[in-house]
Amino acid sequence: MMEESSENNKSLTERKISRRLLLGGAATAAVVLVQTSVGKMVQAAVPQSLVPGLLTDSSSLKAPDSVPPDPTKIPGRGPSVSGMPSSFENPERLPSLTSSRTPLQDLYGTITPSALHFERHHGGIPVIDPQQYELVIHGMVDRPLVFRLADLKRFPSVTRTCFIECSGNFRSGKQEMTPQEICGLTSQSEWTGVMLSTIFREVGVREKATWFLAEGGDAAVMTRSIPVSKGWDDAMIVYAQNGEAIRPEQGYPARLLLPGWEGNTSVKWLRRIELSDAPFMTREETSKYTETVKDGKIRQFSFVMDARSIITFPSFPVQLEKGWIEIRGIAWTGRGKIVKVEVSVNGGRSWAPAELQGPVLDKAHTAFRYLWNWTGAETEIMSRAVDETGYVQPSYQELCAARDSKGGYHFNPITRWRVQRSGKVVLGEGA
Amino acid sequence: MNKQTLINRYSILLLVFVVGVIALVFTVFKRTNAPHPERFGFGRAARADEIRVLDIDVRPDGRGLPAGTGSVEPGRLIYNSKCIACHGDGEKTESPLPGEALFVNDPVKSATKHPAENAVVHKSSPQNGQSSKVKTGAAQTDRMPKTIGTYWPYATTIFDYVRRAMPYNAPGSLTNQEVYHLTAYLLYRNRIISAHTVINEKSLPGIVMPAKEKYVEDDREGGTELK
Repeated sequence: MMEESSENNKSLTERKISRRLLLGGAATAAVVLVQTSVGKMVQAAVPQSLVPGLLTDSSSLKAPDSVPPDPTKIPGRGPSVSGMPSSFENPERLPSLTSSRTPLQDLYGTITPSALHFERHHGGIPVIDPQQYELVIHGMVDRPLVFRLADLKRFPSVTRTCFIECSGNFRSGKQEMTPQEICGLTSQSEWTGVMLSTIFREVGVREKATWFLAEGGDAAVMTRSIPVSKGWDDAMIVYAQNGEAIRPEQGYPARLLLPGWEGNTSVKWLRRIELSDAPFMTREETSKYTETVKDGKIRQFSFVMDARSIITFPSFPVQLEKGWIEIRGIAWTGRGKIVKVEVSVNGGRSWAPAELQGPVLDKAHTAFRYLWNWTGAETEIMSRAVDETGYVQPSYQELCAARDSKGGYHFNPITRWRVQRSGKVVLGEGA
Repeated sequence: MNKQTLINRYSILLLVFVVGVIALVFTVFKRTNAPHPERFGFGRAARADEIRVLDIDVRPDGRGLPAGTGSVEPGRLIYNSKCIACHGDGEKTESPLPGEALFVNDPVKSATKHPAENAVVHKSSPQNGQSSKVKTGAAQTDRMPKTIGTYWPYATTIFDYVRRAMPYNAPGSLTNQEVYHLTAYLLYRNRIISAHTVINEKSLPGIVMPAKEKYVEDDREGGTELK
């Protein structure tokens, strides 16, 4: 390329700026000093979204790019250090005071874009300097040790794709609810880190240790007691999410990851692990994350997420037309693999198996598809998941009867969508 | 060559071949199983003083509790200045409090019609077969407001949580003395101790909370039984 050969001595960023200024391109809200890969400090134009502190309303960055009359007649925007979705696309989380929900209905495949991974915080998101970060492991161990982030990254690494789900991931109550509002507190990432068992061997966890306390470095200094057996099984300490450093909202610089278990147990911003021989009875496993069940009992240490599925298309607020429709959704279980997803298009009278997107992974969101020819009659469509233990996702009524409760943690009922004659899709009765 | 020499030569050749195969298998096997040590020698030893600073948890048997005492009246003063704005004073409020009700003055008045804590539940109707009447003991637990007195199984959790996480806007700012007083006050407002009881690191773990007997461990295993 002519430009590269004539400007060999300039950094890529410097070359790019003049092109950006000439051609306009995406809205550049600020010019900041950045360091290039060769250590030079240069001025770089960055889109508003990458400037910390300026962004209070995500919709403000969505000024759509102006479309030229004919894009083939004018050179387009050049390369950049970091990309964004098209300004015509705006999938967003739905935030509340303590959480935000993934827009399940707007996504494709099974990986949740990192920016849209759900959140649930008990003391907000801490800012942690990765150079200062330390993880202390002590208690019933041969060698209490302190690891910096660099130390964790030196251990042999492992990558796996799995979901995280909040055990309070169930809302109902209105006809007009999106999958995001019903169960948007679940997302899936590809996680990279070190097996906790490797760390357990490093510190020499003693035989008599049966539980460990996981403590986070957030303002809640949040704690959970975890059985040591899970630590030796598939527990991980992860520092990377979808190919890059784990996001602050998901626990930067490192978090505990317990595949298939309720999200609260995957303690973010992990700062301490203490090995012991009994649970610590923290607030998050007594006052919270427990649920009333039959005979006036309160169920504790309900770690595993039961199998669940939801049709994400068509769902509210889609407007359907008669004809062929690909019913789509995701299914998942904390007890291994989904073996089957069945779909009903006649209000539950009959069921047929949907196609599962391979490879079907352990403790991971699994996409399913079902082709349906809608003739225009009013009906209800729904999906139910079956996992490798033989567990079948229950209806809301079945779940209420089994728990003697109308809601609470670990509610994973079948979601019914009512397709009206007009083509409008709303949440059906009986959740 | 005579027959015996031929046999000897072939035997030697066979022996050399077998030894060679064993050597090959051995080296190949070693190469594909790269050495993986039991320990890597990463990290550094944790010092006792740095563990002590971080080790702030309080366990149900009392381990972790600092020496100290707590009384109800000083606790009331601290609560009214640092806690009441978010946690209220035990009365049912029009709109939800930023923090939760830690005690209620009138449990019956504060009981909710719809017991689900995390679900907005639609009105029951004849079509979906749900009855709006609650008859069982479970429903009683379900409907009662979840306060320290009706739901927390251990009193030590109060100390642990208040010390590490409260007040919400200034977590970890309370002294151990303040946390003891607050713990006493909260136990008093939940009718667990009297107004004159003084708690300390020995008595706090001994307090039996009303909800403790209701707690059961999760026994779900997947499979065909729905629990």
